[in-house]
Amino acid sequence: MMAAAHHTAPAPTAPPRLVRGGEWFLNRAFRAPPAGRHAKRDGMVREALGSLPRRSAWRRPSVLPGFGLAFGYTILYLSLIVLIPLSATFFKSATLGWDAFWATITAPRVLASLRLSFGASLIAALLNGVFGLLVAWVLVRYRFFGRRVCDALVDLPFALPTAVAGIALTAVYAGNGWLGQYLEPLGIKVAFTPLGVIVALTFIGLPFVVRTVQPVLEDLEPELEEAAATLGANRLQTFQRVILPAVWPALLTGFTLAFARAVGEYGSVIFIAGNLPMVSEITPLLIIIKLEQYDYAGATSVAVIMLVLSFALLLLINLLQWWSSRRMGRS
Amino acid sequence: MRSFLTVATVVAAGLIGAAANAEVTLLNASYDPTRELYKDFNEAFAKHWKAKTGQAMAIRQSHGGSGKQARAVIDGLEADVVTLALAYDIDALFDRAKLIPKDWQKRLPDNSSPYTSTIVFLVREGNPKGIKDWGDLVKRGVSVVTPNPKTSGGARWNYLAAWGYALKSLGNDEAKAKDFVQRLYRNVPVLDTGARGSLTTFTERGIGDVFISWENEAFLAVKELGPDKFEIVVPSLSILAEPPVAVVDRVVDRRGTRKAAQAYLEYLYTPEGQEIAGRHYYRPRLQAAAARYAGQFAKVKLFTIDEVFGGWQKAQTTHFTDGGVFDQIYQPGG
Repeated sequence: MMAAAHHTAPAPTAPPRLVRGGEWFLNRAFRAPPAGRHAKRDGMVREALGSLPRRSAWRRPSVLPGFGLAFGYTILYLSLIVLIPLSATFFKSATLGWDAFWATITAPRVLASLRLSFGASLIAALLNGVFGLLVAWVLVRYRFFGRRVCDALVDLPFALPTAVAGIALTAVYAGNGWLGQYLEPLGIKVAFTPLGVIVALTFIGLPFVVRTVQPVLEDLEPELEEAAATLGANRLQTFQRVILPAVWPALLTGFTLAFARAVGEYGSVIFIAGNLPMVSEITPLLIIIKLEQYDYAGATSVAVIMLVLSFALLLLINLLQWWSSRRMGRS
Repeated sequence: MRSFLTVATVVAAGLIGAAANAEVTLLNASYDPTRELYKDFNEAFAKHWKAKTGQAMAIRQSHGGSGKQARAVIDGLEADVVTLALAYDIDALFDRAKLIPKDWQKRLPDNSSPYTSTIVFLVREGNPKGIKDWGDLVKRGVSVVTPNPKTSGGARWNYLAAWGYALKSLGNDEAKAKDFVQRLYRNVPVLDTGARGSLTTFTERGIGDVFISWENEAFLAVKELGPDKFEIVVPSLSILAEPPVAVVDRVVDRRGTRKAAQAYLEYLYTPEGQEIAGRHYYRPRLQAAAARYAGQFAKVKLFTIDEVFGGWQKAQTTHFTDGGVFDQIYQPGG
C-alpha cells in the first residue's frame, strides 16, 4: 500500500498545460524552498559548484537563460491584457466616493444577486466536480463504441455561443418543454427559477473539469490500481488513497475554472433565470441594468465587488491546492 | 498625436465629402420593434431622395434595446439619426455627451414623434382567464409577462400605463397606485431584458396568461403567429406612447449629412411616411393616414406621460432609478 502511494506521488507534479499557465505566479509566490528529493539534488549541485565564486546574494545564476526577458514580457502581457482593463474599473468606481460605493454594493438587491451568483456557481462547480470526474474517468479508462463522439460532446458547451445554450436549455426545461412538462407536475420548476440558473451554470462548466482531469487520468497507469489491489486495498481505498490524491490538484483546478466561469456567465443564464429582482437576478445582469440606466459608476462598483470576491475565492482555492498538494505529497 | 488625428480626420472628411457626390449614407439607430417599419421606409425614402436630388442614398439600420442604442451612440456609434422608444433615451444624448441640443424635442412637430403607439394586452386564444382591463391583471392566479422596465423602453411604457390606470381608477392615490402596481408585478414570473424576449417567453415557452405589449408588436405577433392562437385585448385606458426621433447634430455636422438626415426624418411626417407607419401598425399623426387606418386600431382613451407624470425625466427619477418605486416594490416589505 505504502509503495503504491509513494509511487503515485510524482503524478500531481505533471498537471495539464492549463494549470501551469494560471498557477505559475502563485506557485512561485507560495511554494516553499525546494524540499525532499530536490534538496538532495540541489545539495549535490551546490557541492560540485562549491569552489566557484558566488555572485550576488539574492540572484543565483540560472542554468536556463532569459529569465529577465521572459519575466519582463510576462509582466507586460499580464498588465496589458488583465491589469490595465481591470484597474480602469477600479478608477471608474472610485469616481463614486466611498459612501455611495458602499451604499451601492450593500443594497439588498445587489446582495441578493451576489448570493445567487456565487451560490449557484458554487453548487454548479461542485456538481461538475463530481460528475466531471466520472465522465473523465469513463472516457479515459474504458473503450466503448462512440467514445470519440462522447469525447467531442464534452467540448460543446465550450464552443456553443452561450445564447444558444440558454435558449436550448430554456426550451427543454420550460413548463411546455421536453423535460419541463414532466418535471412541472412533480412540483419541480426549473426554468425561470434559481434552479434554472444552476442548470445553466452546470452546463457551461462541465468541460473545464473534464478537460483538466482527463490528461492526469491518462497518465495514471492502471497498474497502480492493480498494485493497490494486490496489496489488499479494496475499491474504495484504491480510489481514496491512490486515484484521488493523483487527480486532486487537477480536479481542484477544474473546479476553480468552472466556478470562475460560472460567476461571470451572462449569456446563457439570462434566458433561463427569469431575472426577478431579489429572486433570480444574477450580478452580471444587475451590472447591465445599471449600464442601461447610464449609471456607469454604479455598474463598475458592482463589477469591482464581483472582482474582489472572485479574486479572494480564487486565491483561497489556490492556497487550498498548495496546501493539499504539500500534505498529500508528504504523506 | 492630436495633429495626426486632425490630419486623419481632415483626410477622412475629404474622402467622405468626395463620396457624398456619389452616394449619401445614413445610419439610423433604432429600437427593437421597428425593424419591419424602417426596412420599408428606408426603401421609400431612398427612392424619394433619388428623384428629388439625383443622389443615391444608402441607409443602414441598427436595432437593439432603446437604452442600449442610446448608449452606443453616446459611446461613439456614428448614427446620423436616432429613432428610439422614448424621449428619455434621446435626452441622454444631451445629458451625457451633448451630441444634441437640450430642446431637441421641439425641433420636429408633435414632440418629434411622427407616429405613436399604445400599450395593449395579448392573451391566448379564447381569452381563457377573461382578461378585459388592467384590474384583471392583479387578480390571484393570473400570470403576466412583461419585460424589465430597467432594461426595456417598452416595459417602461407598460409600467407607466398600469400606474396611470391605477391612479385614475383609485382616486389619484399614489399609495394605492403603488400597491396596485406591486400586486401586478407579483404576478410576473419572468422579467426578460427586452420586449422581443418577453414575447418569446409568452408565445414559445407558454408562460403567462397575458402579455403587456406595444400595440404594434401585438399586431405583428398575431399576424406572424396566427389569429387562431392569440388575441388582442384593449384596456379601457392606456398611455399614449410617443417614440421620438432626432438628428444627431454632432454626427451629421462631422459627416456633412445634415441635409439628408433632416429630410429623412421629415419624410416620416409626409403622407407617404405616415402611410408606411400605419401599415406597420403604428398610429399615424396625419389625419388622412390616421383615418385610413382607423378601423385597424381600437378606440381607447389615452393619457400622455406629461399629463400624469410630468414628463420623462420626472417619471424616470421617481420610478426607475435605483431605489425608485420599481425597486421598492421588489423589496421585502416594500
